[in-house]
Amino acid sequence: MSDVLTPEVDIDATAKVAVMKQLPEPGLRPVRAESPLHHAQLDEMAVAAAADSASAGVVLCEQKLRGHLVIRGDSKDRQFALSVTKVLGLELPGKLQSARAKDASIRWISPDEWLVVVPGDQAFAVETQLREALDGHFAIVNVSGGQTIISLSGPSARDVLMKSTPYDVHDRNFPIGKVVTTVFAKTQAVITRAGEESWEMVVRRSFADYCWLWLQDSCAEFGLAVQQDKGNKTMVFQTG
Amino acid sequence: MLYIYCPHCEEHREEEEFHYGGQAHVARPKDPDACTDAEWADYLYFRKNTRGWHHELWVHAAGCRKFFNITRDTVSYEIKETYKIGEQPAISE
Ligand SMILES: [Zn+2]
Repeated sequence: MSDVLTPEVDIDATAKVAVMKQLPEPGLRPVRAESPLHHAQLDEMAVAAAADSASAGVVLCEQKLRGHLVIRGDSKDRQFALSVTKVLGLELPGKLQSARAKDASIRWISPDEWLVVVPGDQAFAVETQLREALDGHFAIVNVSGGQTIISLSGPSARDVLMKSTPYDVHDRNFPIGKVVTTVFAKTQAVITRAGEESWEMVVRRSFADYCWLWLQDSCAEFGLAVQQDKGNKTMVFQTG
Repeated sequence: MLYIYCPHCEEHREEEEFHYGGQAHVARPKDPDACTDAEWADYLYFRKNTRGWHHELWVHAAGCRKFFNITRDTVSYEIKETYKIGEQPAISE
């Protein structure tokens, strides 16, 4: 309404954003952290099922406790794209594409939004570097606590996706590197094709258990093996 | 089921990824305080009930989460075009 007063805007204050370092300094007492699928005890299942994994149609792994950063900005702004590349060493991927380096990946989410995934202990450093490198109209939000990644691999991984999503996962429509946000069971997932027989799904924390239950059910006919997360280098996290 | 082309993802997707957002091109009055109650009510509540081509707002809710417009036949459900917010439809009803 027109009788609302315009607030006095302090430019310096708006330029400063509260960036939270979510992990303790090295050397300090470790903190307990639980991934969204902590309660499922996947690591224990992985050890118990190690012998079956060769014959399993689907191998599932939670890539847990990674650093997830949502970046928003204008992809047509060359400086924006260059700055992201400078920090991550990755090209800002175009529509429905993803890019990955050894320790970082970036997924296209929408025309002005990307998801950057880095090792959990690097989220703060990468966010800080991005904030220093970027200028103008952009946003970065650390959403690490809000979602997790479930990877599916093996000869039947695609069959499980065919049961779970209306999206066409055939080679001609879903080549390696492509990423789509779509319906998964009765929720949503950001699905990336990581390799010939390997796929990754970013799912919401509150739906992780539902996805896990759904996947156990839909993988049963192909044989499901759970794998330990070897890439979790966040040593300050103790789950005991 | 409709098979809808998202102009942001530039792909056809299943209808279950989308939500309907009502009639498109409903402009908010420039100066709401200057509206009569009838004009304001018309803006808030009254929509067309078209038989034939209808411009409507949709959101790619389970995908890129962007809004866009569709020109759809309310009788045959045929989708004639989809276009971004701010663009004008090729077909007027
Ligand atoms: Zn879309």
